[in-house]
Amino acid sequence: MELDPLLLSRIQFAFVVSFHAIFPVFTIGLASYIACLEGLYYKTGNKDWERLSKFWIQVFAVVFGMGVVSGIVMAFQFGTNWSNFAYTAANFLGPVLSYEVVTAFFLEAAFLGVLLFGRDKVPQGIHFFAACMVALGTFISSFWILSANSWMHTPAGVEVRDGLYYVASWSEAIFNASLWPRFFHMALASFLTGGFVVAGVSAWYLLRKRDVELHGKALSMTLWLLLFIAPAQVVVGDLHGLNTFENQPTKVAAMEGNWETSSGVPLLLFAIPDQENQTNHFEIAVPKLASFILTHDWDGEVPGLNEVPVDEQPPVAIVFWAFRIMIAIGIAMVAVAVTGLFMRRGQRYLTAPWFLNTLRLMAVTPFIAVLAGWFVTELGRAPWLIYEQFSHADGLTPSLTGGMALFTLIGYILVYAMIFSAGLYYLMRVLRTGAEQHDYGYDKSGKRPKRPLSVADADWEEDDETRSKWNTTAQDLADEQGAR
Amino acid sequence: MVEPVFDLVYIWAGIIAFGVIMYVLMDGFDLGLGMLFPFAPDEDARDVMMNSIAPVWDGNETWLILGGTGLLAAFPLVYAVFLPALYIGVFLLLAGLIFRGVAFEFRFKAKSSRYLWNWSFTIGSTVAAFAQGAVVGAYIEGFETQNMQYVGGAFDWLTPFTVLTGLGLVAGYALLGATWLIMKSEGYIQAWAYKITPWLLLAVLVVFALISVWTPIIDPFVADRWFGGVSLIWILPILALLCAYRIFSSVRQKRNGTPFLATMGMFIFTYLGLLASKFPYVVPPSYTLWDASSAHESQLFLLIGLLFVIPFVLAYTAWTYWVFRGKVKAGEGYH
Repeated sequence: MELDPLLLSRIQFAFVVSFHAIFPVFTIGLASYIACLEGLYYKTGNKDWERLSKFWIQVFAVVFGMGVVSGIVMAFQFGTNWSNFAYTAANFLGPVLSYEVVTAFFLEAAFLGVLLFGRDKVPQGIHFFAACMVALGTFISSFWILSANSWMHTPAGVEVRDGLYYVASWSEAIFNASLWPRFFHMALASFLTGGFVVAGVSAWYLLRKRDVELHGKALSMTLWLLLFIAPAQVVVGDLHGLNTFENQPTKVAAMEGNWETSSGVPLLLFAIPDQENQTNHFEIAVPKLASFILTHDWDGEVPGLNEVPVDEQPPVAIVFWAFRIMIAIGIAMVAVAVTGLFMRRGQRYLTAPWFLNTLRLMAVTPFIAVLAGWFVTELGRAPWLIYEQFSHADGLTPSLTGGMALFTLIGYILVYAMIFSAGLYYLMRVLRTGAEQHDYGYDKSGKRPKRPLSVADADWEEDDETRSKWNTTAQDLADEQGAR
Repeated sequence: MVEPVFDLVYIWAGIIAFGVIMYVLMDGFDLGLGMLFPFAPDEDARDVMMNSIAPVWDGNETWLILGGTGLLAAFPLVYAVFLPALYIGVFLLLAGLIFRGVAFEFRFKAKSSRYLWNWSFTIGSTVAAFAQGAVVGAYIEGFETQNMQYVGGAFDWLTPFTVLTGLGLVAGYALLGATWLIMKSEGYIQAWAYKITPWLLLAVLVVFALISVWTPIIDPFVADRWFGGVSLIWILPILALLCAYRIFSSVRQKRNGTPFLATMGMFIFTYLGLLASKFPYVVPPSYTLWDASSAHESQLFLLIGLLFVIPFVLAYTAWTYWVFRGKVKAGEGYH
């Protein structure tokens, strides 16, 4: 079989960007949580908030470090595999992506060091301010990245001369039609990710009866947050969907598995899309609901995939199912958040094992939902890189062979597998070491390196003390459950 | 379109050139230490080496990311030709940097698995340094382009000449690492660094001489630049050689900071000589800075942000080096 550099490059980009995305999506939410903890500590002086903040800052540092490492690769992907795209759109994408790097640079230079290492060296108010600026900085960074990405979906403010894009209006190009829905959808997704991870980890500690009061506090505040954020995401997600319907109806047609333009379109709960025959199998549908959601009219007309030539259709099955995975997780999130409210009666949310176990498992779902959502929006744009103007095939590096693309694809998979299993392993070590051991007393010299990972102080190998403590609580837990 | 009042290409060429040399000097010595790692006298010495770069190495690498996106913004043709042409090399470079970065962090936290991280650190550093040297060689040799696109093969960048430049940079970075260690250590560790420095310098000079003879032979443009009449640029290799002599003499005098400063000087003058050989060609042999540059308004848009941030980052960098100045004592970890 001939190796197709286009397909391999797409798989490679999907792989490296998916791997990268899971880190920032978590750190953006967590940065805001840490700022919130620092704010509570500043206001109340309660040491519990400080301890929680110290603990979560360590997690933040490890994940942030992995995000930076995987981000280095992203800065070069456009050139190595998509050089024609990079060259053609450089006048817009170059400055916008650079601004993202510059923001991150500035943030790291100015405030991250103070947040991670300055606790005992700067006034508490300044430390809180640094935490807020780090949180703000993560949003500014994502603003630039999402602006570049949104422009590829809804290009504006540019003109093409001699085959190259030139910026005619920076404001129109940066604030293009899909930027704000995408930005808020993503911001809420980050909050949900941070929230569900904090809730899941807290639940995990509660199940093991470690530092119950402290992590109970964290769980309580997180559940309040989720109670508002999860339903808000449903609304914002809907707005984003309507924005996509307006600007990229073909993508929505793929999401809905709607092959023919028609009115009174049903909402498909289940189907096996068949791209070859341009139809679905085994449909289970709610009549007219898709028309109602998209046009606010039960008999509204919805454009189908037949509006574009077959070779300009996105891969329907993946988009269709990725969308349903995202929606299902969203519904589950709302359900858990609302359940949390009812569990407040008699403080059962702190003790009921089934609820805590549910939260523990829910901690991975935001990552799946975020990746599924990105698969919907990115594959839904296919075959275009710049919507209806410039295709994946146009953007590919001309000199790239299938063998080269395969070599680096396998290479990146191997490197990432090794590096990130090490990172994940170490993160688990930080979690198992827990919040109680962190005494920053040795940090008196003022000579600490300003690197994110050096703030985490769990050992790579587990010592006997931690292991026995961990195993004891696990044993107690088993006994207790056995006794019930 | 309105003619730009002022040509930003020079400014951007200056910014990128500055960013590259900042990266080379700063990541150079920490990559160099990584390569010297297995030859260190003992594990305590390795701890000192690690601790001497612990506060600064990741800041050093951020220059690389800024360089990547900065090129895309200001000279997209360079970005879109170099990266495809150096495809495999770029992968090795990135993989090497990732490995050594992660190894660096986890070595501090590991005990029994430490030797694994030591090796990852060394191998990652060496691969990254060699790949960067090969990039320089590939730049000197030029790229096969047509219609603003790279049209050569996957391994065009790997020639005897680029292997030589790769080894040259490996030796050069090791020299930077050794002289940095002279400045940051004492006792038997410093004595070891004094001992290896002249040998590394010799290796660098041999490669330097070979490249200087080889380049004009394969590239008539460079030959013409250097031998086409008496020219001011001859001052650059002369200054580089003076720096080399200063490294040698200051090591004999057991000076503390001078060997490192002189090594940086040698790098800077060699680098300027390289730029002077090729100017104004940035994608040799076909495209100049002006062919490669992005639209005026794009360069301007980013420049505004950079002018604000670069002084800040420089000040922060200087402050970090200032805070962590002085010797690293054995057993005194920063991490």
